[in-house]
Amino acid sequence: MAERSEEVKLLGMWASPFSRRVEIALTLKGLPYEFSEQDIANKSPLLLQSNPVHKMIPVLLHNGKPISESLVILEYIDETWQNNPILPQDPYDRAIARFWARFVDEQIYVTAMKVVGKVGEEKDAAVEATRDLLKLMEKELVGKDFLGGESLGFVDIVATLVAFWLMRTEEVVGVKVVPVEMFPEIHRWVKNLLDVDVIKKCIPPEDEHLNYIRARMDSLKLKSV
Amino acid sequence: MADEVILLDYWPSMFGMRTRVALEEKNIKFDYREQDLFNKSPILLEMNPVHKKIPVLIHNGKPVCESLIQVEYIDETWPGGNPFLPSDPYQRAQAKFWGDFIDKKVYGPTRLIWGAKGEEQEAGTKEFIEMLKMLESELGDKTYFGGETFGYVDIAMIGFYCWFDVLEKCGNFSIEAECPKLIAWAKRCMKRESVAKSLPDSNKITKFVPELKKKIGIE
Repeated sequence: MAERSEEVKLLGMWASPFSRRVEIALTLKGLPYEFSEQDIANKSPLLLQSNPVHKMIPVLLHNGKPISESLVILEYIDETWQNNPILPQDPYDRAIARFWARFVDEQIYVTAMKVVGKVGEEKDAAVEATRDLLKLMEKELVGKDFLGGESLGFVDIVATLVAFWLMRTEEVVGVKVVPVEMFPEIHRWVKNLLDVDVIKKCIPPEDEHLNYIRARMDSLKLKSV
Repeated sequence: MADEVILLDYWPSMFGMRTRVALEEKNIKFDYREQDLFNKSPILLEMNPVHKKIPVLIHNGKPVCESLIQVEYIDETWPGGNPFLPSDPYQRAQAKFWGDFIDKKVYGPTRLIWGAKGEEQEAGTKEFIEMLKMLESELGDKTYFGGETFGYVDIAMIGFYCWFDVLEKCGNFSIEAECPKLIAWAKRCMKRESVAKSLPDSNKITKFVPELKKKIGIE
């Protein structure tokens, strides 16, 4: 593999799905890395210097050189270390994978955030809208163990956001956004994910995570009062 | 076997322009099909059921959606000629970062500039200039964003150039005064056949925007 010592450092945040997906990729590739927990409310000089444009995590530092934006980081990892490929080889399949990854981040995530952030009718509308988007993901899973096909791939890694963030929020938000009767394939897929060691290792521990989500929601409620 | 390449597009779209430029750069023959976004065609709805948006690239019957994904697909499928992305993974990541930046940060403000009024419009103008300055700083003194060769980030950004005139008029500002290097870069790009062929005249866009506003119901 690497001839010289590779220095891989991740500026991240333990509860962020965007940060965790990078950890999944690094772990899948068997890469040792240093994780540096960032305080978003009080951004470190290193973070500001490494991502001056967005000032956000995650940022991957490879031998000191920064890469920002989680989807860009995932592709960088896949291109730099070629074992256990994350993206498919065929250009068309790659285009499809990239499409669904963006769909998760730009559509599902954005809409699902409204479930957490709104109340009453607006919240109900957000739940409906999220479900409509998830129905598309549900369709993609028919006949497949993973979104990537037979094994975990790019879209699965990105969509852990749905499995372990959106679906965990249900407990706290008090709405079953993703009921098993409506989304049997998604529920089956989550079980498949949990059978993968790398996933088990890299997702936030459930109890701590739920406490964190609860605390964040409470602070959001306080702000809106 | 001859490739069948169809592009479902809408002439003023700076996103559609990216795909046009990319196809032209690679000398790929394609069937350009103008879409009516106010009366979407069956083929558009069939080929992009998720977003129902242009551009849609259809290669031998299979659709690819999202303009930057199309640009990368074109680069990977037809690797001859100048590659749009560098071969070094770090440089590639930087290019993709800036492509993403243009999508996330540059497009949004433009809608406020031509579509909004008063404070909202002013905020859009201010934001737009700030984002352009970041891009200009990234460009530096290079010929193109990628260095000596025209590539991914240039393709991602150039379609905005034909909108500059209408944006300046609506926002009452001069992009050249704020970002002279960016204008110089755009003029260099316009000298390329692929770009000249793919971008409509600025004045066509400028005339079109008031009509567009009427169509979408903003005065």
